[in-house]
Amino acid sequence: MKTRALPLYATIAIFIVAYAICWLQFPAMLSTRVVGNLLTDNAYLGIVAVGMTLVILSGGIDLSVGSVIAFSGMFIAVMLRDTGLHPLPVFLLLLALTSGFGAAMGWLIDRLAMPAFIVTLAGMFLARGAAYMLTIESVPIQHPFYKALQSAYWLMPGKGRLTLIGGLMVLVVLAGMVLAHKTRFGTSLYALGGGEQTARLMGVRQGRTTILVYALSGLLAGLAGIVFSVYTGSGYPLSAVGTELTAIAAVVIGGTLLSGGAGYVFGTLIGVLTMGLIQTYIVFDGSLSSWWTKIVIGLLLLLFILLQKGLLKLSQSRLAGGGT
Amino acid sequence: MLLTIRNLTKSFPGMRALDAVDFDLAAGEVHALLGENGAGKSTLIKCLTGAYRRDAGRIALEGAEITPHSTVEAQDLGIGTVYQEVNLLPNLTVAQNLMFGREPRRFGLIDGRAMRAEARAMLADYGIEIDVDRDLGSYSVAIRQIIAIARAVALSGKVLILDEPTASLDAREVGMVFEVVRRLRDRGLGIIFVSHFLDQVFDLCDRITVLRNGRRIVTERIADLDRVKLIEHMLGRALEDEVEHRATRVPRARPDLLHFEGVGRRGMVEPFDLTVGKGEVVGLAGLLGSGRTETAELMFGLHPAQGGQVRDADGPLALTSPRAAIAAGFGFAPEDRKTDGIVAELSIRENIALALQARRGWARPIPRTEQNRMADDYIRQLDIRTSGREKPIGELSGGNQQKAVLARWLAMNPRFLILDEPTRGIDVGAHAEILRLIRRLTAEGMSVLVVSSELDELIAVSDRVIVLRDRRHVAELQGTRISPETIMRAIAGEVA
Ligand SMILES: Nc1ncnc2c1ncn2[C@@H]1O[C@H](COP(=O)(O)OP(=O)(O)OP(=O)(O)O)[C@@H](O)[C@H]1O
Ligand SMILES: [Mg+2]
Repeated sequence: MKTRALPLYATIAIFIVAYAICWLQFPAMLSTRVVGNLLTDNAYLGIVAVGMTLVILSGGIDLSVGSVIAFSGMFIAVMLRDTGLHPLPVFLLLLALTSGFGAAMGWLIDRLAMPAFIVTLAGMFLARGAAYMLTIESVPIQHPFYKALQSAYWLMPGKGRLTLIGGLMVLVVLAGMVLAHKTRFGTSLYALGGGEQTARLMGVRQGRTTILVYALSGLLAGLAGIVFSVYTGSGYPLSAVGTELTAIAAVVIGGTLLSGGAGYVFGTLIGVLTMGLIQTYIVFDGSLSSWWTKIVIGLLLLLFILLQKGLLKLSQSRLAGGGT
Repeated sequence: MLLTIRNLTKSFPGMRALDAVDFDLAAGEVHALLGENGAGKSTLIKCLTGAYRRDAGRIALEGAEITPHSTVEAQDLGIGTVYQEVNLLPNLTVAQNLMFGREPRRFGLIDGRAMRAEARAMLADYGIEIDVDRDLGSYSVAIRQIIAIARAVALSGKVLILDEPTASLDAREVGMVFEVVRRLRDRGLGIIFVSHFLDQVFDLCDRITVLRNGRRIVTERIADLDRVKLIEHMLGRALEDEVEHRATRVPRARPDLLHFEGVGRRGMVEPFDLTVGKGEVVGLAGLLGSGRTETAELMFGLHPAQGGQVRDADGPLALTSPRAAIAAGFGFAPEDRKTDGIVAELSIRENIALALQARRGWARPIPRTEQNRMADDYIRQLDIRTSGREKPIGELSGGNQQKAVLARWLAMNPRFLILDEPTRGIDVGAHAEILRLIRRLTAEGMSVLVVSSELDELIAVSDRVIVLRDRRHVAELQGTRISPETIMRAIAGEVA
């Protein structure tokens, strides 16, 4: 067995055990209804977490995504209210905007050799500020096309609803998996995360890869913003505060190394679903405070960081044992 | 000419690494690039492959001027390179490393099966059969080195550059690599070969170019040069009298310093007994994978031993961790200094003071003047080529980095020092210097364990040689019985 896949297996095992526990207590939780809700409720988080995974794999971080989601919601709401455009061209415009924003951050990170943390932190303030510039109150979205988007679903066996946004999230995860594991771009990301200097000597196009991955993260943040606006039916400049941190948590719980170079996009999906599951459990229970979600997520994070440390030790000692 | 370089010049802040260097490479030749540590060999190569931008000069490939801006461009031009520093990624699989940038694709997506098959075929040429789907990081330094070579060979349509490719390989593996290189030469490739192993140079190469202080000193056909002359060109002076072999002397009775009894660990090395005398040099010989490095690591507590005990005159020692070993007065300069040894951003001074500071504890800093004195001392003794002690160690040439890491452990002044391949990547001049230094330290009472794949070096420096085979200590040679023949025979299993 490959040691680097261990965190992924651990994540999957934890998810299955957690689900089993939930099911023993509340048999109703084992239904496509709950699964459908899990996907819908976490659609925007899942989408943005896929982008985050790619960025983290490359050895970077993107703190701007939460603010970009808020900006996206505001942008859509204000555009639809003030211009009378159809949502589709607005979506396209928005995605171009957020991708460009990400690409610009990637460019700064690469060309000026600035730490990603600082550049995307600045991006976070910038995007949040831009959201406030549009207006400071919540703007409802009432376009009929939105109604259609919100009510589109596919009825799964067992009466569960796979909504449009839930399905979109699954598609994004699949696309992310293909991109990470089946393309040269994906291999370049792992290479950069494994060591920039070495990657450069091996022939990784560092500038292009860096710009592209932040552009992609921006694109997915924009897409998550669209999904979030469909989910909430409005735009609000204070929404999605801290989403970037939740996404990072999902990535780490999904078994990706925070320092880059190792991990799986699929793990991130499981990470997102695990977090969603805890929330669902608390809703089912009814008596627990929702803050328990945070506490359990905190514990899980700790567990995974310990697990990764342990694995690192293990693989190092095995390496030494197999040496000269 | 396949490749012509004229007036190549490259400066780093405060120094000129290459000064109007000319170099020619013909198709179908192996051209050695030689020189002391810091002479500019790696810099020349990096200017050629686009890893550095040249300041001035002309590089032409098949008559057309080239100016690669990145290593990718050089690869696309048919120049494949093994760089002196690590140039593979431990977190990718073997197959990904081998095929990076040339992955076979189907419908635009990487075809994993074809990629693995091709990777296996590439390695078959070098006689290694491994699981190409495992992370590169799980393989030994030697295997990684071969993989790096295989990758460069596959990328080189016209020119293959090998910057010290054989540093961590044993004789058999070197033979395989050379066979491949000769095959490529016969196919009409031009090959640039950098090495400090002169035997290998004379064995493989057709012509030699010597650099010294960034200038080209000479280019000659190998048939027109002998060893002494070559070394003179490299050092700019004759090599002082070769280090006298100490084994020719009668073994001396010494007080015992350490007893290792029944120390071993499953999968690493079988339990062994070993007594190290005060002021003695014990050499460990054996093929790659015979358990040499493992023995050294067990002795230093890098892995806990299963059973057995270690004693000194005052009683048993608990060597459960490197920390404990350091506290007991042990020192260990590991084999893989390239990746484990240096903190690239810190200065030479800080790198040298690192281990000593760790032992004293961070609460008691070493006074700056003391650090300066120490650094200057070792820069002089080991002939570390640098513009000063405050230079970041990452900016030194490969061989000079090695020397600085060695200095770190010498500065600890341990009573028992374990050196795994102490002269790897170090030039002939400094090589003799280091052996002399070991000699002096032992005269002052330090005991040393040397692991080396160079028999000459082992013989020159050891009072006693332990031979390992298949993870077992199989023979112990002393005094006049130490010779290349006896060691080879013991390795081959002819004497017990
Ligand atoms: N990135 C850098 N920054 C500053 N100085 C450098 C850099 N790279 C090399 N140098 C300097 O250039 C000189 C030549 O180094 P180079 O690596 O070419 O030597 P080399 O001949 O390959 O030696 P070795 O045998 O030790 O590998 C050295 O003095 C080194 O300190
Ligand atoms: Mg070099």
